Amino acid sequence: MIALQDLHKSFGEKQVLAGVNLQVGQGESLCVIGQSGTGKSVLLKCILGLVQPDRGRITWHGRPLDRAAFMAGFGMLFQGAALFDSMSVWQNVAFRLRQRMSDGKARAIALDKLARVGLGAETADLMPAELSGGMAKRVGLARAIADDPSVIFFDEPTTGLDPIRARAINALIRDIVTQTGATAITITHDMDSVCAIGDRVALLQCGRIVHDGPVAGMSDAPELADFLGVGVAK
Amino acid sequence: MTPIRTVGRAALRLTRGIGAVTIFAGRGLGGLRPLPGRALGLQLIQIGWLSLPVVGLTALFTGAALALQIHSGGERFQAGDVVPAIVAIGMVRELGPVLGGLMVAARVASSIAAEIGTMRVTEQIDALVTLSTDPIRWLVTPRLWAAILSLPVLVAVGDIIGIMGGWLVGTGSLGFNSTTYIANSWAYLEFWDVASGLIKGAVFGLIVALSGCWFGMRSSRGAAGVGRATTQAVVGAAVGILAANFVLTGLFFQ
Repeated sequence: MIALQDLHKSFGEKQVLAGVNLQVGQGESLCVIGQSGTGKSVLLKCILGLVQPDRGRITWHGRPLDRAAFMAGFGMLFQGAALFDSMSVWQNVAFRLRQRMSDGKARAIALDKLARVGLGAETADLMPAELSGGMAKRVGLARAIADDPSVIFFDEPTTGLDPIRARAINALIRDIVTQTGATAITITHDMDSVCAIGDRVALLQCGRIVHDGPVAGMSDAPELADFLGVGVAK
Repeated sequence: MTPIRTVGRAALRLTRGIGAVTIFAGRGLGGLRPLPGRALGLQLIQIGWLSLPVVGLTALFTGAALALQIHSGGERFQAGDVVPAIVAIGMVRELGPVLGGLMVAARVASSIAAEIGTMRVTEQIDALVTLSTDPIRWLVTPRLWAAILSLPVLVAVGDIIGIMGGWLVGTGSLGFNSTTYIANSWAYLEFWDVASGLIKGAVFGLIVALSGCWFGMRSSRGAAGVGRATTQAVVGAAVGILAANFVLTGLFFQ
Protein backbone atom coordinates (compact mmCIF):
# COMPACT_ATOMS: atom_id res chain seq x y z
CA MET A 1 0.00 0.00 0.00
CA ILE A 2 1.20 3.52 -0.81
CA ALA A 3 0.24 6.32 1.57
CA LEU A 4 0.88 10.04 1.23
CA GLN A 5 0.65 12.06 4.44
CA ASP A 6 0.48 15.85 4.56
CA LEU A 7 2.52 16.32 1.37
CA HIS A 8 3.59 19.92 0.68
CA LYS A 9 5.45 21.31 -2.30
CA SER A 10 6.05 24.90 -3.41
CA PHE A 11 7.93 26.37 -6.36
CA GLY A 12 9.07 29.80 -5.26
CA GLU A 13 6.00 31.68 -4.07
CA LYS A 14 3.59 29.23 -5.68
CA GLN A 15 2.30 26.48 -3.43
CA VAL A 16 1.36 23.49 -5.58
CA LEU A 17 0.68 20.83 -2.95
CA ALA A 18 -0.78 22.05 0.34
CA GLY A 19 -1.17 18.97 2.49
CA VAL A 20 -2.12 16.03 0.29
CA ASN A 21 -3.31 12.89 2.10
CA LEU A 22 -4.00 9.84 0.00
CA GLN A 23 -3.85 6.05 0.24
CA VAL A 24 -3.81 3.44 -2.49
CA GLY A 25 -4.38 -0.18 -1.53
CA GLN A 26 -2.72 -3.25 -3.05
CA GLY A 27 -4.28 -4.08 -6.43
CA GLU A 28 -6.40 -0.95 -6.42
CA SER A 29 -6.70 1.43 -9.37
CA LEU A 30 -6.80 5.08 -8.30
CA CYS A 31 -7.37 7.97 -10.70
CA VAL A 32 -6.28 11.44 -9.62
CA ILE A 33 -8.10 14.16 -11.53
CA GLY A 34 -7.94 17.92 -11.46
CA GLN A 35 -7.69 20.93 -13.72
CA SER A 36 -4.46 21.82 -15.50
CA GLY A 37 -1.88 23.31 -13.17
CA THR A 38 -3.37 21.89 -9.98
CA GLY A 39 -0.26 19.81 -9.27
CA LYS A 40 -1.28 16.34 -10.48
CA SER A 41 2.02 15.72 -12.23
CA VAL A 42 3.97 17.22 -9.31
CA LEU A 43 2.17 14.81 -7.00
CA LEU A 44 3.19 11.91 -9.23
CA LYS A 45 6.79 13.15 -9.43
CA CYS A 46 6.93 13.41 -5.64
CA ILE A 47 5.95 9.75 -5.36
CA LEU A 48 8.51 8.78 -7.99
CA GLY A 49 11.26 10.82 -6.34
CA LEU A 50 11.70 13.07 -9.37
CA VAL A 51 10.64 16.05 -7.21
CA GLN A 52 11.50 16.34 -3.53
CA PRO A 53 8.48 17.35 -1.38
CA ASP A 54 9.05 20.22 1.08
CA ARG A 55 7.16 18.43 3.83
CA GLY A 56 5.18 15.25 4.44
CA ARG A 57 5.71 11.51 4.32
CA ILE A 58 5.38 8.86 1.66
CA THR A 59 5.16 5.30 2.92
CA TRP A 60 5.03 1.96 1.15
CA HIS A 61 3.56 -0.98 3.06
CA GLY A 62 3.62 1.16 6.20
CA ARG A 63 7.33 2.02 6.03
CA PRO A 64 9.12 5.11 4.74
CA LEU A 65 9.64 4.69 1.02
CA ASP A 66 12.87 2.87 0.15
CA ARG A 67 13.40 4.53 -3.20
CA ALA A 68 15.71 1.90 -4.73
CA ALA A 69 13.45 -1.03 -3.84
CA PHE A 70 10.36 0.89 -4.89
CA MET A 71 11.86 1.90 -8.24
CA ALA A 72 12.73 -1.71 -9.02
CA GLY A 73 9.10 -2.74 -8.57
CA PHE A 74 7.16 -0.19 -10.54
CA GLY A 75 6.44 0.81 -14.11
CA MET A 76 5.54 4.17 -15.55
CA LEU A 77 3.74 5.31 -18.69
CA PHE A 78 4.65 8.92 -19.44
CA GLN A 79 2.31 11.43 -21.02
CA GLY A 80 4.37 11.59 -24.22
CA ALA A 81 5.54 7.95 -23.87
CA ALA A 82 9.14 9.28 -23.34
CA LEU A 83 10.67 6.59 -25.53
CA PHE A 84 14.44 6.79 -25.99
CA ASP A 85 15.01 8.23 -29.48
CA SER A 86 18.30 6.47 -30.04
CA MET A 87 16.93 2.97 -29.32
CA SER A 88 14.63 0.71 -31.30
CA VAL A 89 11.21 -0.30 -29.99
CA TRP A 90 12.37 -3.61 -28.50
CA GLN A 91 15.42 -1.96 -26.91
CA ASN A 92 13.10 0.58 -25.28
CA VAL A 93 10.84 -2.13 -23.92
CA ALA A 94 13.77 -4.26 -22.74
CA PHE A 95 15.78 -1.35 -21.31
CA ARG A 96 15.74 -2.55 -17.71
CA LEU A 97 15.86 -6.24 -18.63
CA ARG A 98 19.08 -5.80 -20.66
CA GLN A 99 20.89 -4.67 -17.52
CA ARG A 100 20.60 -8.13 -16.01
CA MET A 101 20.13 -10.62 -18.87
CA SER A 102 21.37 -11.36 -22.39
CA ASP A 103 20.00 -9.39 -25.34
CA GLY A 104 18.40 -12.57 -26.73
CA LYS A 105 16.37 -13.25 -23.59
CA ALA A 106 15.48 -9.58 -23.15
CA ARG A 107 14.29 -9.35 -26.75
CA ALA A 108 12.08 -12.43 -26.34
CA ILE A 109 10.41 -10.87 -23.27
CA ALA A 110 10.08 -7.53 -25.08
CA LEU A 111 8.32 -9.21 -28.01
CA ASP A 112 5.94 -10.93 -25.59
CA LYS A 113 5.10 -7.60 -23.89
CA LEU A 114 4.67 -5.92 -27.27
CA ALA A 115 2.20 -8.65 -28.22
CA ARG A 116 0.29 -7.99 -24.98
CA VAL A 117 -0.22 -4.37 -25.99
CA GLY A 118 -1.31 -5.39 -29.48
CA LEU A 119 1.91 -4.78 -31.40
CA GLY A 120 3.42 -7.42 -33.66
CA ALA A 121 7.05 -8.47 -33.97
CA GLU A 122 7.37 -6.32 -37.09
CA THR A 123 7.36 -3.19 -34.89
CA ALA A 124 10.24 -4.41 -32.72
CA ASP A 125 13.01 -2.98 -34.86
CA LEU A 126 11.32 0.32 -35.68
CA MET A 127 12.67 3.53 -34.18
CA PRO A 128 10.39 5.72 -32.01
CA ALA A 129 10.35 8.42 -34.72
CA GLU A 130 8.60 5.93 -37.02
CA LEU A 131 5.67 5.31 -34.63
CA SER A 132 2.28 7.01 -34.51
CA GLY A 133 1.12 8.58 -31.22
CA GLY A 134 -1.04 5.56 -30.36
CA MET A 135 1.76 3.09 -31.15
CA ALA A 136 4.22 5.08 -29.06
CA LYS A 137 1.80 4.90 -26.11
CA ARG A 138 1.51 1.15 -26.56
CA VAL A 139 5.29 0.79 -26.63
CA GLY A 140 5.48 2.97 -23.51
CA LEU A 141 2.92 0.69 -21.89
CA ALA A 142 4.89 -2.41 -22.91
CA ARG A 143 8.01 -0.84 -21.33
CA ALA A 144 6.04 -0.05 -18.16
CA ILE A 145 4.98 -3.70 -17.75
CA ALA A 146 8.20 -5.27 -19.06
CA ASP A 147 9.51 -6.12 -15.61
CA ASP A 148 6.12 -7.30 -14.20
CA PRO A 149 5.80 -4.38 -11.78
CA SER A 150 3.61 -4.41 -8.68
CA VAL A 151 2.76 -0.70 -9.09
CA ILE A 152 2.12 1.08 -12.39
CA PHE A 153 1.79 4.85 -12.85
CA PHE A 154 -0.01 6.38 -15.81
CA ASP A 155 0.51 10.07 -16.52
CA GLU A 156 -2.27 11.39 -18.77
CA PRO A 157 -2.41 8.13 -20.79
CA THR A 158 -4.87 9.39 -23.41
CA THR A 159 -3.60 12.94 -23.93
CA GLY A 160 -2.93 13.68 -27.59
CA LEU A 161 -4.88 10.66 -28.87
CA ASP A 162 -8.05 10.74 -30.92
CA PRO A 163 -11.17 9.29 -29.20
CA ILE A 164 -10.90 5.88 -30.87
CA ARG A 165 -7.25 5.40 -29.94
CA ALA A 166 -7.91 6.81 -26.45
CA ARG A 167 -10.64 4.21 -25.89
CA ALA A 168 -8.31 1.45 -27.08
CA ILE A 169 -5.55 2.58 -24.69
CA ASN A 170 -8.02 2.81 -21.79
CA ALA A 171 -9.24 -0.73 -22.49
CA LEU A 172 -5.67 -1.97 -22.74
CA ILE A 173 -4.72 -0.39 -19.43
CA ARG A 174 -7.82 -1.85 -17.77
CA ASP A 175 -6.98 -5.34 -19.10
CA ILE A 176 -3.34 -5.14 -18.04
CA VAL A 177 -4.13 -3.85 -14.56
CA THR A 178 -6.76 -6.57 -14.09
CA GLN A 179 -4.57 -9.38 -15.46
CA THR A 180 -1.42 -8.43 -13.54
CA GLY A 181 -3.18 -7.47 -10.31
CA ALA A 182 -0.88 -4.46 -10.10
CA THR A 183 -1.69 -1.32 -8.14
CA ALA A 184 -2.41 1.48 -10.61
CA ILE A 185 -2.22 5.24 -10.09
CA THR A 186 -3.45 7.29 -13.03
CA ILE A 187 -3.15 11.04 -13.42
CA THR A 188 -5.73 12.27 -15.89
CA HIS A 189 -8.34 14.87 -16.70
CA ASP A 190 -10.14 12.52 -19.08
CA MET A 191 -13.33 11.24 -17.42
CA ASP A 192 -13.58 8.40 -19.96
CA SER A 193 -10.23 7.18 -18.62
CA VAL A 194 -11.51 7.44 -15.04
CA CYS A 195 -14.59 5.37 -15.87
CA ALA A 196 -12.59 2.79 -17.82
CA ILE A 197 -9.54 2.42 -15.58
CA GLY A 198 -10.40 3.51 -12.05
CA ASP A 199 -11.78 1.81 -8.98
CA ARG A 200 -11.47 5.06 -7.03
CA VAL A 201 -11.24 8.69 -8.03
CA ALA A 202 -9.57 11.55 -6.14
CA LEU A 203 -10.01 15.21 -7.07
CA LEU A 204 -7.00 17.47 -6.51
CA GLN A 205 -7.94 21.11 -6.12
CA CYS A 206 -5.93 24.02 -4.71
CA GLY A 207 -3.19 21.61 -3.62
CA ARG A 208 -5.50 19.35 -1.60
CA ILE A 209 -7.59 16.26 -2.19
CA VAL A 210 -11.15 17.58 -1.97
CA HIS A 211 -12.89 14.36 -2.99
CA ASP A 212 -11.87 10.72 -2.64
CA GLY A 213 -14.37 7.98 -3.38
CA PRO A 214 -15.34 5.06 -5.62
CA VAL A 215 -15.77 5.68 -9.32
CA ALA A 216 -19.15 3.95 -9.18
CA GLY A 217 -20.68 6.70 -7.03
CA MET A 218 -18.88 9.71 -8.42
CA SER A 219 -21.88 11.16 -10.22
CA ASP A 220 -23.41 11.87 -6.79
CA ALA A 221 -20.39 13.72 -5.41
CA PRO A 222 -21.05 17.49 -5.36
CA GLU A 223 -17.32 18.37 -5.62
CA LEU A 224 -17.04 16.34 -8.82
CA ALA A 225 -20.23 17.80 -10.22
CA ASP A 226 -18.76 21.28 -9.63
CA PHE A 227 -15.50 20.23 -11.26
CA LEU A 228 -17.11 18.69 -14.32
CA GLY A 229 -20.12 20.89 -14.64
CA VAL A 230 -23.52 19.61 -13.59
CA GLY A 231 -24.67 16.65 -15.58
CA VAL A 232 -21.37 15.85 -17.23
CA ALA A 233 -20.40 13.29 -14.62
CA LYS A 234 -23.64 11.50 -15.24
CA MET B 1 22.98 48.73 2.00
CA THR B 2 21.32 47.89 -1.32
CA PRO B 3 24.51 47.89 -3.50
CA ILE B 4 26.34 45.75 -0.91
CA ARG B 5 23.39 43.39 -0.77
CA THR B 6 23.30 43.17 -4.58
CA VAL B 7 27.02 42.39 -4.75
CA GLY B 8 26.64 39.87 -1.93
CA ARG B 9 23.75 38.15 -3.66
CA ALA B 10 25.68 37.99 -6.93
CA ALA B 11 28.72 36.55 -5.13
CA LEU B 12 26.56 33.95 -3.41
CA ARG B 13 24.90 33.02 -6.70
CA LEU B 14 28.29 32.70 -8.40
CA THR B 15 29.69 30.57 -5.57
CA ARG B 16 26.61 28.36 -5.61
CA GLY B 17 26.89 28.01 -9.41
CA ILE B 18 30.58 27.06 -9.28
CA GLY B 19 29.86 24.59 -6.50
CA ALA B 20 26.97 23.02 -8.41
CA VAL B 21 29.03 22.66 -11.62
CA THR B 22 31.94 21.18 -9.64
CA ILE B 23 29.70 18.60 -7.95
CA PHE B 24 28.10 17.82 -11.33
CA ALA B 25 31.54 17.32 -12.92
CA GLY B 26 32.67 15.18 -9.98
CA ARG B 27 29.63 12.93 -10.28
CA GLY B 28 30.08 12.72 -14.05
CA LEU B 29 33.75 11.82 -13.88
CA GLY B 30 33.21 9.36 -11.05
CA GLY B 31 30.61 7.27 -12.84
CA LEU B 32 33.10 5.04 -14.65
CA ARG B 33 32.65 1.96 -12.46
CA PRO B 34 31.69 -0.30 -14.11
CA LEU B 35 33.03 1.20 -17.33
CA PRO B 36 30.15 2.03 -19.70
CA GLY B 37 32.26 0.65 -22.57
CA ARG B 38 29.75 0.72 -25.43
CA ALA B 39 28.49 4.20 -24.61
CA LEU B 40 32.07 5.44 -24.25
CA GLY B 41 33.01 3.94 -27.62
CA LEU B 42 30.03 5.61 -29.31
CA GLN B 43 30.95 8.97 -27.82
CA LEU B 44 34.61 8.59 -28.83
CA ILE B 45 33.37 8.24 -32.40
CA GLN B 46 30.89 11.13 -32.08
CA ILE B 47 33.20 13.55 -30.32
CA GLY B 48 36.62 12.45 -31.54
CA TRP B 49 36.48 10.75 -34.90
CA LEU B 50 33.73 12.91 -36.42
CA SER B 51 35.49 16.11 -35.31
CA LEU B 52 38.65 15.22 -37.23
CA PRO B 53 37.67 16.93 -40.52
CA VAL B 54 36.77 20.28 -38.94
CA VAL B 55 39.81 20.27 -36.63
CA GLY B 56 42.10 19.21 -39.50
CA LEU B 57 40.84 21.89 -41.89
CA THR B 58 41.07 24.57 -39.18
CA ALA B 59 44.66 23.55 -38.38
CA LEU B 60 45.63 23.40 -42.05
CA PHE B 61 44.48 26.93 -42.84
CA THR B 62 45.75 28.31 -39.53
CA GLY B 63 49.24 26.85 -40.09
CA ALA B 64 49.31 28.17 -43.64
CA ALA B 65 48.16 31.67 -42.60
CA LEU B 66 50.58 31.68 -39.70
CA ALA B 67 53.50 30.91 -42.04
CA LEU B 68 52.53 33.85 -44.27
CA GLN B 69 52.18 36.19 -41.28
CA ILE B 70 55.45 35.16 -39.64
CA HIS B 71 57.29 35.46 -42.93
CA SER B 72 55.98 38.92 -43.80
CA GLY B 73 56.40 40.17 -40.20
CA GLY B 74 59.83 38.56 -39.79
CA GLU B 75 61.11 40.13 -43.00
CA ARG B 76 60.93 43.54 -41.31
CA PHE B 77 63.89 42.62 -39.14
CA GLN B 78 65.54 40.06 -41.41
CA ALA B 79 64.08 37.10 -39.48
CA GLY B 80 62.00 35.51 -42.23
CA ASP B 81 63.76 32.19 -41.82
CA VAL B 82 62.23 31.57 -38.38
CA VAL B 83 58.92 30.61 -40.03
CA PRO B 84 59.22 26.81 -39.47
CA ALA B 85 60.11 27.12 -35.77
CA ILE B 86 57.51 29.78 -34.97
CA VAL B 87 54.76 27.93 -36.85
CA ALA B 88 55.61 24.70 -35.02
CA ILE B 89 55.83 26.30 -31.56
CA GLY B 90 52.75 28.48 -32.15
CA MET B 91 50.68 25.53 -33.34
CA VAL B 92 51.56 23.02 -30.62
CA ARG B 93 51.57 25.43 -27.68
CA GLU B 94 48.65 27.68 -28.49
CA LEU B 95 46.79 27.59 -31.77
CA GLY B 96 46.37 23.83 -32.07
CA PRO B 97 44.73 23.34 -28.67
CA VAL B 98 42.77 26.61 -28.60
CA LEU B 99 41.40 26.58 -32.13
CA GLY B 100 40.85 22.81 -32.00
CA GLY B 101 39.01 23.25 -28.68
CA LEU B 102 36.88 26.09 -30.05
CA MET B 103 35.94 24.13 -33.17
CA VAL B 104 35.01 21.08 -31.08
CA ALA B 105 33.06 23.39 -28.75
CA ALA B 106 31.03 24.66 -31.70
CA ARG B 107 30.38 21.15 -33.01
CA VAL B 108 30.13 19.05 -29.86
CA ALA B 109 28.94 21.28 -26.99
CA SER B 110 25.94 22.33 -29.08
CA SER B 111 25.08 18.79 -30.10
CA ILE B 112 25.40 17.43 -26.55
CA ALA B 113 23.24 20.25 -25.16
CA ALA B 114 20.62 19.78 -27.88
CA GLU B 115 20.49 16.00 -27.41
CA ILE B 116 20.34 16.02 -23.61
CA GLY B 117 18.08 19.09 -23.60
CA THR B 118 15.61 17.33 -25.91
CA MET B 119 15.74 14.28 -23.65
CA ARG B 120 15.01 16.55 -20.69
CA VAL B 121 11.97 18.26 -22.24
CA THR B 122 10.51 15.01 -23.62
CA GLU B 123 10.79 13.36 -20.18
CA GLN B 124 13.33 10.79 -21.40
CA ILE B 125 15.61 11.68 -18.48
CA ASP B 126 12.73 11.19 -16.03
CA ALA B 127 12.11 7.87 -17.78
CA LEU B 128 15.73 6.85 -17.14
CA VAL B 129 15.26 7.55 -13.43
CA THR B 130 12.08 5.51 -13.31
CA LEU B 131 13.97 2.65 -14.99
CA SER B 132 16.46 2.64 -12.10
CA THR B 133 19.17 4.23 -14.22
CA ASP B 134 21.31 7.17 -13.11
CA PRO B 135 21.12 9.76 -15.93
CA ILE B 136 24.51 11.21 -14.93
CA ARG B 137 26.24 7.85 -15.33
CA TRP B 138 24.28 6.99 -18.44
CA LEU B 139 24.53 10.32 -20.29
CA VAL B 140 27.22 12.51 -18.75
CA THR B 141 30.05 10.13 -17.82
CA PRO B 142 30.66 8.69 -21.32
CA ARG B 143 30.59 12.17 -22.88
CA LEU B 144 32.98 13.71 -20.35
CA TRP B 145 35.53 10.91 -20.64
CA ALA B 146 35.23 10.65 -24.42
CA ALA B 147 35.94 14.38 -24.75
CA ILE B 148 38.83 14.26 -22.27
CA LEU B 149 40.40 11.32 -24.14
CA SER B 150 39.76 12.43 -27.70
CA LEU B 151 40.69 16.14 -27.53
CA PRO B 152 44.43 15.52 -26.94
CA VAL B 153 44.43 13.17 -29.95
CA LEU B 154 42.62 15.77 -32.04
CA VAL B 155 45.09 18.41 -30.88
CA ALA B 156 48.05 16.18 -31.81
CA VAL B 157 46.59 15.53 -35.27
CA GLY B 158 45.78 19.25 -35.63
CA ASP B 159 49.35 20.16 -34.66
CA ILE B 160 50.79 17.92 -37.36
CA ILE B 161 48.33 19.17 -40.00
CA GLY B 162 48.97 22.80 -38.95
CA ILE B 163 52.72 22.35 -39.31
CA MET B 164 52.09 20.73 -42.69
CA GLY B 165 50.00 23.78 -43.66
CA GLY B 166 52.97 25.98 -42.85
CA TRP B 167 55.24 23.63 -44.80
CA LEU B 168 52.95 23.80 -47.85
CA VAL B 169 53.07 27.61 -47.89
CA GLY B 170 56.73 27.74 -46.90
CA THR B 171 57.90 25.43 -49.65
CA GLY B 172 55.25 26.41 -52.19
CA SER B 173 55.44 30.20 -52.10
CA LEU B 174 58.03 31.39 -49.57
CA GLY B 175 61.00 29.62 -51.12
CA PHE B 176 61.90 27.28 -48.24
CA ASN B 177 63.67 24.01 -48.91
CA SER B 178 61.41 21.12 -47.89
CA THR B 179 64.00 19.17 -45.87
CA THR B 180 65.29 22.28 -44.12
CA TYR B 181 61.76 23.40 -43.26
CA ILE B 182 60.91 20.07 -41.60
CA ALA B 183 64.29 19.88 -39.85
CA ASN B 184 63.86 23.41 -38.46
CA SER B 185 60.32 22.65 -37.33
CA TRP B 186 61.52 19.72 -35.20
CA ALA B 187 64.78 21.30 -34.08
CA TYR B 188 63.20 24.04 -32.01
CA LEU B 189 60.34 22.01 -30.56
CA GLU B 190 60.73 20.82 -26.99
CA PHE B 191 58.89 18.01 -25.24
CA TRP B 192 57.06 20.41 -22.93
CA ASP B 193 55.77 22.46 -25.90
CA VAL B 194 53.94 19.37 -27.14
CA ALA B 195 52.95 18.01 -23.72
CA SER B 196 51.49 21.33 -22.56
CA GLY B 197 49.32 21.49 -25.69
CA LEU B 198 48.03 17.98 -25.12
CA ILE B 199 47.24 18.71 -21.45
CA LYS B 200 45.39 21.83 -22.58
CA GLY B 201 43.48 19.64 -25.02
CA ALA B 202 42.34 17.30 -22.24
CA VAL B 203 41.20 20.26 -20.08
CA PHE B 204 39.38 21.85 -23.02
CA GLY B 205 37.70 18.52 -23.72
CA LEU B 206 36.37 18.46 -20.18
CA ILE B 207 35.14 22.06 -20.52
CA VAL B 208 33.38 21.36 -23.85
CA ALA B 209 31.55 18.22 -22.68
CA LEU B 210 30.79 19.63 -19.25
CA SER B 211 29.24 22.76 -20.75
CA GLY B 212 27.11 20.72 -23.15
CA CYS B 213 25.94 18.30 -20.45
CA TRP B 214 25.34 20.99 -17.80
CA PHE B 215 23.22 23.26 -19.96
CA GLY B 216 21.46 20.29 -21.58
CA MET B 217 20.48 18.81 -18.22
CA ARG B 218 19.21 22.22 -17.04
CA SER B 219 17.28 22.90 -20.24
CA SER B 220 13.87 24.41 -19.60
CA ARG B 221 10.64 23.36 -21.27
CA GLY B 222 9.99 23.54 -24.99
CA ALA B 223 11.97 24.13 -28.16
CA ALA B 224 12.98 27.60 -26.97
CA GLY B 225 14.49 26.07 -23.84
CA VAL B 226 16.56 23.62 -25.88
CA GLY B 227 17.68 26.41 -28.23
CA ARG B 228 18.74 28.53 -25.27
CA ALA B 229 20.63 25.62 -23.71
CA THR B 230 22.49 25.02 -26.99
CA THR B 231 23.58 28.64 -27.25
CA GLN B 232 24.60 28.77 -23.59
CA ALA B 233 26.61 25.57 -23.99
CA VAL B 234 28.64 26.90 -26.93
CA VAL B 235 29.22 30.32 -25.33
CA GLY B 236 30.08 28.73 -21.98
CA ALA B 237 32.52 26.29 -23.59
CA ALA B 238 34.21 28.97 -25.72
CA VAL B 239 34.65 31.40 -22.82
CA GLY B 240 35.75 28.54 -20.56
CA ILE B 241 38.39 27.44 -23.08
CA LEU B 242 39.83 30.94 -23.49
CA ALA B 243 39.90 31.54 -19.73
CA ALA B 244 41.42 28.12 -19.01
CA ASN B 245 43.98 28.68 -21.77
CA PHE B 246 45.14 31.89 -20.08
CA VAL B 247 45.42 30.19 -16.68
CA LEU B 248 47.19 27.10 -18.06
CA THR B 249 49.61 29.14 -20.16
CA GLY B 250 50.52 31.12 -17.03
CA LEU B 251 50.99 27.90 -15.07
CA PHE B 252 53.08 26.15 -17.74
CA PHE B 253 55.28 28.94 -19.05
CA GLN B 254 55.80 31.51 -16.30
